[in-house]
Amino acid sequence: MAIPPPEVLDQHRLTAEEYERIERFLGREPNRTELGLFSVMWSEHCSYKSSKKHLRGLPTTGPRVLQGPGENAGAVDIGDGLAAVFKIESHNHPSFIEPYQGAATGVGGILRDIFTMNARPVAVLNSLRFGSPEDAANRRLLSGVVAGIGGYGNAFGCPTVGGEVVFEPCYQGNPLVNAFCLGLVKADQIFKGRADGIGNPVFYVGAKTGRDGIHGATMASAEFGEGSEEKRPTVQVGDPFMEKVLLEACLEAMKTGAVLGIQDMGAAGLSCSSSEMGARSGTGVEIDIRKVPQRETGMTAYEVMLSESQERMLLVAAKGREDEVIRVFEKWDLHAEAIGHVIADKRLRVWNGTTLEADVPNEALTDEAPVYDRPWVEPKNPAVDHDLSNLPIPGDLGAALLQVLAAPTIASKRWIYRQYDCSVRGNTVLGPGSDAAVIHVKGTRKALAMSVDCNARLVWLDPYEGARLAVAEACRNVVASGAEPIGATNCLNFGNPERPEIMGQLVMAIRGLGDACRTLAVPITGGNVSLYNETDGVAIYPTPTIGVVGLIEDVSKVLARSFREAGDEVVLLGACTDELGGSEYLKTVHGRVAGRPPRLDIEAEARLYRCVLEANGAGLLRSAHDGSDGGLAIALAESCFAGEEPGLGADLALPASTLRADALLFGEAPSRMVVTTRDAAGLAAVAARHGVPCTTLGRVGGDRLRLTCGGTSLVDLPVARLHEAWTSLERRLG
Amino acid sequence: MKVAVLVFPGSNSDHDAYHAVKHVCGHEARFVWHKDGSLGDAEAVIVPGGFSYGDYLRSGAIARFAPVMAAVAEFAKKGGPVLGICNGFQILQEAGLLPGAMLRNRSVKFLSQQVHVRVERADTAATAGLAPGTVLSMPIAHGEGNFHAEADELDRLEQCGQVVFRYVGRDGGLGADAANPNGSARAIAGVCNEGRNVVGLMPHPERAAEPHLHHGAEGRRLLEAFLGSAVHA
Repeated sequence: MAIPPPEVLDQHRLTAEEYERIERFLGREPNRTELGLFSVMWSEHCSYKSSKKHLRGLPTTGPRVLQGPGENAGAVDIGDGLAAVFKIESHNHPSFIEPYQGAATGVGGILRDIFTMNARPVAVLNSLRFGSPEDAANRRLLSGVVAGIGGYGNAFGCPTVGGEVVFEPCYQGNPLVNAFCLGLVKADQIFKGRADGIGNPVFYVGAKTGRDGIHGATMASAEFGEGSEEKRPTVQVGDPFMEKVLLEACLEAMKTGAVLGIQDMGAAGLSCSSSEMGARSGTGVEIDIRKVPQRETGMTAYEVMLSESQERMLLVAAKGREDEVIRVFEKWDLHAEAIGHVIADKRLRVWNGTTLEADVPNEALTDEAPVYDRPWVEPKNPAVDHDLSNLPIPGDLGAALLQVLAAPTIASKRWIYRQYDCSVRGNTVLGPGSDAAVIHVKGTRKALAMSVDCNARLVWLDPYEGARLAVAEACRNVVASGAEPIGATNCLNFGNPERPEIMGQLVMAIRGLGDACRTLAVPITGGNVSLYNETDGVAIYPTPTIGVVGLIEDVSKVLARSFREAGDEVVLLGACTDELGGSEYLKTVHGRVAGRPPRLDIEAEARLYRCVLEANGAGLLRSAHDGSDGGLAIALAESCFAGEEPGLGADLALPASTLRADALLFGEAPSRMVVTTRDAAGLAAVAARHGVPCTTLGRVGGDRLRLTCGGTSLVDLPVARLHEAWTSLERRLG
Repeated sequence: MKVAVLVFPGSNSDHDAYHAVKHVCGHEARFVWHKDGSLGDAEAVIVPGGFSYGDYLRSGAIARFAPVMAAVAEFAKKGGPVLGICNGFQILQEAGLLPGAMLRNRSVKFLSQQVHVRVERADTAATAGLAPGTVLSMPIAHGEGNFHAEADELDRLEQCGQVVFRYVGRDGGLGADAANPNGSARAIAGVCNEGRNVVGLMPHPERAAEPHLHHGAEGRRLLEAFLGSAVHA
């Protein structure tokens, strides 16, 4: 058997070894359609071939876990017979090529992953990263991505309740667009992507198939270089109205009991859904592409199977109950088209009328896809050893605070998120701009908190420590709203894994994630890996974005960031340590990205959570704010903002310290929270019981933020001035 | 009171309206499908927010042809109370049941934020029992909410008392232009028909009907007024 010419392999992003593996599975040469199937299913995006070996080390189980990795999304039990279904996914490559549609279909894809499981999507968050906003090209990308997220989510009717937007030069030419979605479903009514019961009909529902998105998954598994703009046809085009109708029709169809399994057609479209559904059930699926609704004429089997047209679902119904399914879709003016059926042979068979176009073992496309143990080297970033001890301390620390508050990553993002509908569905308790987003679970007293986080600068400096810190920050944000973290999802955005130093970043970051989540007892129920985030050979910072979901038993106990009333006592929980490494201050004021990331004592972190949750449960807390991004000074300044407006000031004093004044203000030590209380003694008692350092700083009141240390004034500024700095980016770009 | 909540395929605040009417205000609510030609025995109608049929053409432009809209027009003609919220307001305009038209927001961007609206008239189906001058805080979420009418038409609306809500500052004053988020003519946030039984507004009272919500509970006062059981704060 002969290896095809290099250009054919290259076009399909397959190696000669992989081609030979295909021949062994088939016992013959693959035809062009089959080569296409393998190309997309064995792409990094679909097969996780570089990361799979390492992902196995993540903790994925726990008493609340109803569904771990391997399905369309993960699910955790939240009591009252309900489950929270959630996942985060990337749409980085399409968003760079065509920002509006790339981001829009990223949201569309994650929504489908959730409602495929019979869960109604109730919250979307996103994690976005761009190069400097001062650059016009980045602003164009940003405005396209934001409009795309809003355009899709707003029309679909799922609120965008939170997220993060980070600006770093390394994302120039390689922006990151990660979308998180959470849905709710009755715990015993979760649907899966299965094709059970030989002879059962396979239905195609939703939008017609076109030539858009062909090889999208393969494109997303390659680096960018010159000519990427020409890849625009590989980006799909979204139709949120179609998705909304598809949602309602699918949920209604699942209610009939006639639907046995369902899977959305996302990456790799019909190829992925049909082969994975068969593989999960130990069956096969046979389809006829002539029956697939098509919006273009003359499409080949290759094109139909590889199309990534949006808003499509594949479902398996019970034989004899077809009419029940068809009627529901007709009600919504959609057509459910029977395109094939479940077969006993564990194969994917694709017919074009009477011509057999592909006949491939499911396993070969799914579980038996190549897994690589790619060479890797332990990451050693020389910037870590950078000596910060002789860094000059600014004469005017107040001016430094204003500078950090105005830094694009720290500054108010209202100009971005006010383009997202955050109130639809009427559940939003805490919206964008909070530490965590919180939604009420209707029909219960409960609420769910969600946060997506990653400080990629720290991951770049030390992937293992940076990943642990990302987990801690996401959990801490959730805890700051009064919620107990119960599950996590991750989106691993990295460079080219074929480079050992990049692979080393991936390996160590996954270990960091796993170790932190294990200790904090937060299982990872699914996620997504996006590799080859490089343009012209320059990789992004390794960016393992973490989404954490937390549960609040009583919605009236949700905590927000803002100071609430004059006279409330301001308390710092946790210790200030000398941690300027990788800080926003170091970058913004001194222009350096260097130093050792803050040390994380994960046990101390867990003690802080227990302390905050117990104190809040006892009604001791009035507000809470995580103290990491930008350090204590930023946490205090942000607490002085009432939502987006200037709020109450505070008069505060830190005890004398041996730390440098700038480390005290701007050091990003984890395991800290700024809280307010009316009973500092009661709070101190709870903190002491949990072994959490507890320092009363002063009281809320007035219209200035005053902070002294050992009697020396560090900051004394009007809240209005702080607010002006924090919103300066909005006034310039909004 | 029996309330019909219309459902177009792209409605996305239908559940919100249903929940607020039924579970918050304690009235009877039922969904009425856009293809239905009858409202049954409904005593009030809510045309909810959303994107009716995708609204790729112009908000509400296709929805006015829905079978259910003929029933709504008939219901309105007989004096039945109808409340259009956001996209529902746009649909009622397109159907000729409410005056004015919507342009893109002044910023040309979708706007999702909390606003303050002042009740201008107490003699409409949605404001009975609310004192003129009452300021209510509610969210908006729309791309096309910039109320437009010709100057003489605006004068006529003012004279006939058809301007029901205006965007104002927290203090109820019209002063700051910033209080008018989308550039609406004369800061108009909501209007009624000549019969005063059909009312439309862009802000979402149904998403601000429970005290634990970020967007507050002041919208409930408007809903209660509409449902004929106004609660006085």
